[in-house]
Amino acid sequence: MLSDLVTPERLANPTAELDRVTVHYGGTPALRDVSVTFERGTVGLLGPNGAGKSTMLRSLLGLVRSDSGTMRVMGLDVAEAAREIRSRVGYMPERDAHVPGMTAVSFVAYCGELSGLPSSDAMQRAHEVLYYVGLGEARYRKLETYSVGMKQRAKLAQALVHDPDLLLLDEPTSGMDPGGRDEMLDLIRDLGRAKGVSLIMSSHVLPDIEYACDHVVMLDRGRVAAHAAIATLTGHGAGVFEMRVKSDSGRMLTALQEAGIDCNEAGDGALRVTLPAGGTARDLFQVAAAARLQVRHLRPSVPTLEDAFARAVGAPR
Amino acid sequence: MPIYEQTYRRYGGLRLPPCRGWWVIARTGLASALLDRRFVGLLLLAWAPFLVRAVQIYASANFQQVGFLAPTVETFRTFIAQQSTFMFFVTVYAGAGLIADDRHANALQLYLSKPVTRSEYVVGKSVILVVLLLAVTWLPAMALLLWQVTLTGDAFLLTNSHLGPAIMVFSVIEALVAALPMLALSSLSSSRRFVSVLYAGVVLFSGGLATALGAETGRGWWSWLSPEHALAAVGDAIFRIQTPSSAPIALAAVALAAIVLVSLVVLRRTVCAVDVVSS
Repeated sequence: MLSDLVTPERLANPTAELDRVTVHYGGTPALRDVSVTFERGTVGLLGPNGAGKSTMLRSLLGLVRSDSGTMRVMGLDVAEAAREIRSRVGYMPERDAHVPGMTAVSFVAYCGELSGLPSSDAMQRAHEVLYYVGLGEARYRKLETYSVGMKQRAKLAQALVHDPDLLLLDEPTSGMDPGGRDEMLDLIRDLGRAKGVSLIMSSHVLPDIEYACDHVVMLDRGRVAAHAAIATLTGHGAGVFEMRVKSDSGRMLTALQEAGIDCNEAGDGALRVTLPAGGTARDLFQVAAAARLQVRHLRPSVPTLEDAFARAVGAPR
Repeated sequence: MPIYEQTYRRYGGLRLPPCRGWWVIARTGLASALLDRRFVGLLLLAWAPFLVRAVQIYASANFQQVGFLAPTVETFRTFIAQQSTFMFFVTVYAGAGLIADDRHANALQLYLSKPVTRSEYVVGKSVILVVLLLAVTWLPAMALLLWQVTLTGDAFLLTNSHLGPAIMVFSVIEALVAALPMLALSSLSSSRRFVSVLYAGVVLFSGGLATALGAETGRGWWSWLSPEHALAAVGDAIFRIQTPSSAPIALAAVALAAIVLVSLVVLRRTVCAVDVVSS
């Protein structure tokens, strides 16, 4: 249920827009002619390592200059109003990052002050957000003594302390153990769905995105491979089947791909087949018959984000 | 409601205008330095010469037998020169980690993801070191001048009206020439120990080279090679003191300006949120 934190202003307009943006790192293209709109709510930025996820987040903050194209965040042009944008956005970097020698509460309060909060308000908010992220009891410990999971939470707290309109989370579950990962995802989900904070969360872990986000933008080698609501990608549309054939699954895979049907090896000789719109299971039998292969197992399966990602990127799962 | 019972809530309070990031950085850095007991010990030690000079001024003002100890402009110039040793240690202790520690902890991307510009970050860090350096040069020198005026009246000040401004101007130049190169070196590494050794090496090597070349050629012209020697020449000019071995003032001033300029260029290139590796 949405709380009173979800204001009409927070629900209106896209949070970020990129229009034909290209970014190079020392001659290597990181984003290539990217045009995409990030809706309000929780948006996952999905892609393999090196796809350009971190670059896109840094570009939206104005930390990396684009070679061409325009970017707008909360309706503001990144090239002209980067400072204003950074005062309204919270950023959680991927790598371990903290101000050395500080306790968690002084670190978060310091970040609040840097974001424009008065000193006393920043300290009060620091206590509050540290409790919210689950570091209330450890808030007077120095950050250097924190575990990886605690540092991730502290990074989330510093991004939240000034009550941003948009959160940019770069691999927020990176390096966390399974329990900590679940708690972090619950926090992100709560922020997005109950507290009304729009957020863009990058990750290469599909289940994380599927659990915490409403929309997904899939990146591959600096380009947008797909962009839609997760429910659209996984809920309906093309049928997905798990299939086994007698003896040569490789030949069946080739035959299906030649017939224009998305298909990937799912391990242990099984194939995961995604039918195009309008396709039926009969098509699969026809392909098998044409290839003189015997179908031993065919079972409908629920489409997942993994299927959608594999289709979009065209890589084996 | 107790804090531990509160959940995340919106902030409806005051938001201060931007451009104050440097002040937050400087204030926090100074507070952090003054909480370090070893550093406070170093500061107290740096004030020991002040006590000696204060006793000297007191004695000369109250006992005619030691009237020869009465301070002159040279006394204040010498005092500030003596403080350069403490300046060196304060610069190394407080300055080496100013940016290097942030690089080590990946804090730069945090700073620059806030409404803080790179210039504000550098200004904030510079202010920390400059203020600490002024605390061991300008502050005790001005305290001595005030002590002298208190004991002997304002005749000394009227006779040497340039002394107050000279102390101020030279202390600031000295602090900038120490602080900016240290910050530039600090921005090049993520190890404060390496930066300390590098800074000490540059200062000692350049000083030794300038001294050796000066002794070999018999000319003070080589002083421009050493920031310490160039500062001495500029200091003598500001305090209006004639010393035959000084470097030409114009050359020394250009050398110091070049040091500051190169430091700023290095800081501009190295202080950034993202390290870009050329392919």
